[in-house]
This record gives sequence, C-alpha cells and structure tokens, in this order.
Amino acid sequence: MSHTDITPRLHINTEIARRMLTGFIHDQIAKAGMKRAVIGLSGGIDSALSAYLSAEALGAENVLAVRMPYETSSEDSLSDAQQVIDALGLPSLTLPITEMANPLIHQFPEMSGLRKGNIMARLRMVILYDQSVAWEGLVMGTSNKTEFLLGYSTIYGDSGVALQPIADLYKTQVRELSAALGLPASILQKPPSADLWVGQTDEGELGYTYAEVDQLLYLLVDERYTVEEAIDEGFERPFVEGVWRRVKRNHFKRTMPNIAKLSRRTIGHDFLYLRDYAGG
Amino acid sequence: MRLNIGLAQMYPELGDVRANLDKHLANIDLAAEKGVDLLVFPELSLTGYQVQDLVPEVAIRATPDDPVFGALLEQSRRLDIMFGFIHEDRRQRFYIAAAYLSGGECLHIHHKVYLPTYAMFDEGRYFDAGEHVRAFDTRFGRFGMAICEDFWHVSTPYLLWMDGADVLLFHSASPSRGLDASDRLSGSRWVELVNQSYGSFFTTYVVHCNRVGYEDGKNFWGGSSIVEPDGDFLLHGTYFEETLLVRQIDLNQIHRARSRLPLLRDENPALLLREMERILKRDGA
Repeated sequence: MSHTDITPRLHINTEIARRMLTGFIHDQIAKAGMKRAVIGLSGGIDSALSAYLSAEALGAENVLAVRMPYETSSEDSLSDAQQVIDALGLPSLTLPITEMANPLIHQFPEMSGLRKGNIMARLRMVILYDQSVAWEGLVMGTSNKTEFLLGYSTIYGDSGVALQPIADLYKTQVRELSAALGLPASILQKPPSADLWVGQTDEGELGYTYAEVDQLLYLLVDERYTVEEAIDEGFERPFVEGVWRRVKRNHFKRTMPNIAKLSRRTIGHDFLYLRDYAGG
Repeated sequence: MRLNIGLAQMYPELGDVRANLDKHLANIDLAAEKGVDLLVFPELSLTGYQVQDLVPEVAIRATPDDPVFGALLEQSRRLDIMFGFIHEDRRQRFYIAAAYLSGGECLHIHHKVYLPTYAMFDEGRYFDAGEHVRAFDTRFGRFGMAICEDFWHVSTPYLLWMDGADVLLFHSASPSRGLDASDRLSGSRWVELVNQSYGSFFTTYVVHCNRVGYEDGKNFWGGSSIVEPDGDFLLHGTYFEETLLVRQIDLNQIHRARSRLPLLRDENPALLLREMERILKRDGA
C-alpha cells in the first residue's frame, strides 16, 4: 500500500455504536406508533447486521425476516439468511420473486443485467412494503455508507425503506460491528455480493475493494479532504477522481426529488419540519 | 454552604409543550423527594431542539399569566429551577432562552448569544441572538447561565466569571457525533474537556445538563456533569440514558480552591479591556 494507512481511523467503539443504533431503531418504530419491523434478508452482512440490531432493539418476535430469492440467487444466500433467522429466532417468510419478475424480464430478451437487477430490487421493495402493512411494522433499511455514497444501490429498490440504521457506517465498520455482535462466520467471511446474477461480487463490479475505497471516502467525506489533498496522501489520481465523480453523480439517489417552487410556501423549500414531528 | 443539584437528563418531545411540561413536573416531584435544591433541565427542555417552522407555535412569553411559565414559577416555590424554552418577546422575536426560577419569581432569563448555523446546525435561521451575558444573585450565591454554543466561546463563561458568578450553569441539546474507537464520542470528549477547563481556569463549579433521545437520525448523548473548582469531575459519564442525576456540591470548596490557586484575584480585566479596545480599534470595529 503506497498511501497513508487510514484503516486505524475507521475503527469504532462497537459498544457505543450498538447502543446508539438499537436506541435509534426503537425510537423510530415507537414514533411511528408501532413495535415491529420487516426486513429483507439477503444472506449478506448488511441485512444480517440490521437484523441483529433490530432484534436487540425490538425483540426477535417483532422482526419479520423475509427471504426473496430469484432463480439465479445462490444457495449460500438462502442458507446464510436462514442462519440469521435461526440464530436470532426470527419469524420468517420465503417469497421467491422469480414468477413476479420473469413476466416482465421475458418481454425484453436483450435486457441487461443491470435492468434485471433493478427489477429484482424493486420487487423486493414491493413485497416488503406489502408485508409492512400485513405485519404492522416498518421496513428496515440495510444500506451502508459506502454503497450509499457510491450509489451502488437501486433507487426505490433497496433504498426504499422507512429508516436507515447502518447508513452512517462504512462497509469496513459494518464488518467490525458485525464481528462484535457475533454474526455467523460464513456471513462475516464471504465476499460481498448483490447476488443479482451468478458470480456477481461488489468488489469485482466496482473495481476496487471496500477496504481500499472506505479509506478514501473517510478522507473525502468525514475529514473534508479535497481531491488534491487525498492524492497528496498517496492515493492514485484516477482512483480518487473516479470515486469522487461517482459520489457526486449519484447524489440524486440520496435526496428527495426536487419540487418546482411556485407558491409562497413549498414542501421541501420553506415548509420545514423534521420527519420525526408527527403533529402531536 | 452545601447545595443539592439535580440534573434532569430528559428526552423532550419535539414540539409538544404540554407533554414536556408534564415531564418537568414529574422531574420536579422526584427531585423534591430527593431533597434537590436546584434542578437544571436541558436546553429547549420545553420544546425539543430542531423545532424549525414550529417556532411560533411552541414559543411562550415569560410572564406569570402564561399557563406554562406560570406553572413552573409556582413549582419554584418548592425548589429552584433552570429550564429551557423559546422566548417570544412583544415584537415577535424569538430567542433560545434559559430561565432561573426561585421562590415563585423569575430571577433571570438568558437569551442564547451564539447561534450555531453551520454543518448540522441551523439556529440562526429561526432565532434572534441574545445581546447580554449577565450573572445574577440567587439564595445560594451569584450564578451565571449559558446555553450550549455559548460556552463553546470562552468569552461567555469569562464574562459571567467577571460578573461574579461562582457557579456556572450550562445546559445544552448536544447531538452525538464523532464515533471512533475511543471510549467516548469525540463530541462528548470535547464538551467534557472545555467544561473541565472552565472549572480549572475560573475556580468555579461548572454544572452541565445535556438532553438525551433522538430527533430524526440525531442522537443526544446526555453525559450531564458537575466539575469542581479544581477541574475534576464530581459527576459525569451517564450517557444516553433518561435519568435524574443528583449530587451535592459544597460551595466552600470554591474558597478553598481560590486560596490555593488565586486566579480570580490575579485576573486583570482592565488589561483585557485596554487590549481589546486597541485590537477592535485597529480592526476598525
């Protein structure tokens, strides 16, 4: 590694994180007048961590885990998700999405993997929001800070959730907290994958490792380094510029759609209340 | 003289003054049972912190005929109370305010002078800034109040010290931030460091009440504390939890600390004034 090692600065006090995040989940669900949550379990580390935190915050019996495999999903994903369900004692459902997705996918023989992946992510959102009503629980977010910044997500798919407990933790920190909470070893160790097609891995698709990009993002975002200052720390120029371009280009995925202002007082512009303000 | 201080490390409900008044009354009852002489509530304890467009709805006037202010005035016959609210003046200006109530009277109101309007803070958008920093007399001696960002500027506690305050009463709605590998959030470390510094520099008691709970994704870390006149913590470290903390302070400790370390005796505010006048003149202020 030719650049300054930022890894030590990414370490977190996992006990404080655990306390703040379980408190956040409990608070958000209670403010919605509910006591339950619905979570899509992919078998990956992010949704597993969200499930562990949710079970601790709400009680396992209040967290509905939903597995939603597509025909190309790996068997490991299903069995890893099952390990989480078993370890926590979560109520669960398995609702395959193949028969929902294929009628649309088959109408476009030339459909790219990206389009198929987006359809799968959005169908899973549809299922989770349907279960949200049936189960009377909020849909739990499972996005981490790295993928949120890089825009490595599907808008109105995996980003379509009611609350985001782990979206201020980089993937490296998700791993640290997950290890501290005792997640199953197979989940801690396997390469991250959206599992939208066979053999897909996040790091293969992104072109760099989370361990590497998290260090750069930490400087650019948390420490407010400029691109030039990050390069001065020894990161390769094309890497830094490419990552920062990607962060900026995907900002639309992190914000609400713009509202064209016409009146004296407009939602999103000068009609300002916290989401938490329920109106009493 | 010994004095029992209560710190109501509470979770105010955003925008619900009625519910928050009830929480104040419950804390006052509990504190009275525990023999508390002075009960300190956090910043904006009556309204919650990020009130945004709710400001005009949740602001109150600081008069006995206001039902909320009046209720707390009445309670102050039982014990002294410092609480936080949005103060609306006669010309519809709004201030983040702290009131000190005792024996059915309001002894002092402080308007927050420094309104953070940067990063996650947006106070300058909604509030007018206070123009005064004044100490005031209580039945326990001369005290001074400051609100959150006020004591991130050394001039505020310094002025209170010069104005005779021997106990600094700080309160805040300080959001949690800066999670790293250490035992505390970096935001908490910073506040604890400055509070210990004021105790050390000014040989005063520094009492700090910070809220807990969540507003949107922001958490408030609590950690309410009391620093002694030698800079050590008499009380600190209860993070995140909604609780009433009670600790006795011995005001005679101030005299003992100042005998050992006569920083107040040797402080030269006239020098400060002369040099500040020169500096301000030079800068064309």
